[in-house]
Amino acid sequence: MKKTVVLMGSLLIICAFLGVAALNLTFGVPKITDMDDYFLRFGQEQTGTNNQCTSVTFDFRGFDTLGESTVLFCAVIGVALMFRKMQEGEEHEDE
Amino acid sequence: MRMSKLVRTGADFLYPAVLIFGLYIVAHGHLTPGGGFQGGAVIATGAALVIVAYSYTEVRQWLSGKVLMGQEVIGLMGFIGVALLAFAFGQVFFFNYLNASGSLFGIPVPYGINAGELNTGGFVPLMNFAVGIEVWGGLTLVILYMLSGIRKEVS
Repeated sequence: MKKTVVLMGSLLIICAFLGVAALNLTFGVPKITDMDDYFLRFGQEQTGTNNQCTSVTFDFRGFDTLGESTVLFCAVIGVALMFRKMQEGEEHEDE
Repeated sequence: MRMSKLVRTGADFLYPAVLIFGLYIVAHGHLTPGGGFQGGAVIATGAALVIVAYSYTEVRQWLSGKVLMGQEVIGLMGFIGVALLAFAFGQVFFFNYLNASGSLFGIPVPYGINAGELNTGGFVPLMNFAVGIEVWGGLTLVILYMLSGIRKEVS
């Protein structure tokens, strides 16, 4: 019971802090827009894509997508390792 | 444990549509919302549809895990290979060497609103296809592996 009260209280305090911070933001009007303006102005000519999201994820920020693909690959390898024994029809040692 | 003939026929009709829709999202990644990840996920959902309609053991007979694993490896290697090919053009890693070159996917795109040509985008469509193939194989493999864990309780 005491733990729950402490947890709820701390959660409330965190939410209050985040809420005050969010209320002070001006929505849709970021302060620094140099990078956004550059992508929107030169993205079409430099990458040849009308979809600016794709031009950012696959061209300007290609390394990010490379890491994303690698993470997906590692995730599939991990799932394969977890279910490897069941795939062969064998039981786990713990069972 | 197959579903009824109605469900199986519906899956037979729907699976090509899901496949074509996923490939459309992958191929038009540089023009419309979507891309390799999203299109690959759509195609993997089609595999889940077939597995629901037919049984796991029946699907397993013609859907090999090795092929899907090879698909994933080819996708990732193709992605890195397309990025590495920039060195052959004397540019840095991940440089869009095909853009506005006049060859494959090389039509220049002007600034502003335009109709959208499929033959544009430089190496971005190639990247989309590589990632799409990888996500297709990877997510289908995840579905198959997770189904193999609960196979005994189902059948």
